[in-house]
Amino acid sequence: MVKAVKVVAVVATSVSRFILASLIIALTSPAHSAVLPEDRADVLSHSYQGGGMDITGPSILVRKGDDKSFSAYANYYVDNISSASIDVQTLGASEYKEERTEQSVGFDYLHGKSIMSFGYTNSEENDYVSDSYHFGISMDMFGDLTTVSMGYSRGKDSIYKTLFVDGNKTRDPDFHETVERQQYSVGLSQVVTKNLILGLNFETITDEGFLNNPYRQYRYEFAGADRFDFEVYPGTRTSRAGSIKFNYYLPYRAAIHYKERIFTDDWGIEANDSEVGYTHPFGENVIVEFRYRLYSQTRADFYSDLHAEKSTQPLDFRARDKELSTYDSTTLGLAVSYEFGKSGWGFVDKASVNLAFDYMKFEYEDFRDARVSRDDASLVGNEPAYQFSANVLQLFLSVWY
Amino acid sequence: MRPVALMLLLVVFISGCAIEPWVQPYERANLADPIMSFSRDPVSSSYRKHVFEAREGARGGEGSQGGGCGCN
Repeated sequence: MVKAVKVVAVVATSVSRFILASLIIALTSPAHSAVLPEDRADVLSHSYQGGGMDITGPSILVRKGDDKSFSAYANYYVDNISSASIDVQTLGASEYKEERTEQSVGFDYLHGKSIMSFGYTNSEENDYVSDSYHFGISMDMFGDLTTVSMGYSRGKDSIYKTLFVDGNKTRDPDFHETVERQQYSVGLSQVVTKNLILGLNFETITDEGFLNNPYRQYRYEFAGADRFDFEVYPGTRTSRAGSIKFNYYLPYRAAIHYKERIFTDDWGIEANDSEVGYTHPFGENVIVEFRYRLYSQTRADFYSDLHAEKSTQPLDFRARDKELSTYDSTTLGLAVSYEFGKSGWGFVDKASVNLAFDYMKFEYEDFRDARVSRDDASLVGNEPAYQFSANVLQLFLSVWY
Repeated sequence: MRPVALMLLLVVFISGCAIEPWVQPYERANLADPIMSFSRDPVSSSYRKHVFEAREGARGGEGSQGGGCGCN
């Protein structure tokens, strides 16, 4: 009994010392050195074309602070989607159009060497609604050469199914599913030399709920041909991803960027991507960036292009989502910025107009082009592997004030 | 005595008093150049990240906040 009391007392003392130490650390932190994001507004027009999909829309991001300790932002983003993807074509469905609208608000609060961030995002489609909240904190230390950050996000999605009744879209009254998501992240930014900065990030994400697309179907063998049925997914997913990135300032005014990320999840997917970039200013007003990215992943355990048989029970998982297959993708990009108005104009400090283009190529290893065998069952399972390319364009105006 | 010493050491360590920055503030001009930013244009890098996440099995771990993606 006495021993137990002593243990409790020691623990209580330890906790008290930890709290005391934390307070001393907070009070002894020198004043301001962390910096809030700049006040700026961006108006962007984006376009993605490839794989039978055409997605365009605007993104407007505005950020304003009080020049002391507070900065708030708001973002309005739209995807106008017109899709006749390979999944749509394989099932003989017709092209569909839909709109996704995303709105985000948040703020950052600077205190000493720490910045606390809060954010809220809402995303809405006619058959998908998502709300998420984010909290993050970052702190500069070791002579401001190191920034440590932590973040937590929590979100809930509501999934519906659209039906076509007499040519009109309506929600299926018998279908409503949800997903709950939590994200935990830690990061480190480190000044290594006067020309080199390093970033390390790690994030784990957990999902629980209805995780597949309610429209997508898997393919299975049946009497020498194939048949389709709705996908069956696990109800949970946990993933972990870590990345390392370097920015290096060259002996002349230009920079090289490098990033490497590895990813794994409990569905059996393992992925990694590498990106290298080169940023080169021309004169005082033009900045050009070249970038090259490679991505590859292995398939989920329950993915197959052609399953051996139909799923007969809820835990008999089946997927034919090409994003869960084994594949590689390559992205080659170019971005050009032109800055103007640097001498100021009214409340505007400066502005820039920017154009960015990325060419993407996707090459699937075990996702076959099932359109080929629609009229000839003897080809089922022997169709050529699917591949497609996409062009991604961004045009945006930025104003600093 | 040991916990107190450890606490004091921790305070000195984290408050940065004992560490001489090996890159002085006046040596950070190159690091402060916008071309050295991890995300020079947030509106653009956020869009590009969304494009990748919507078409890839991997997600996260890149150092920016998450949110609903509506990728289905």
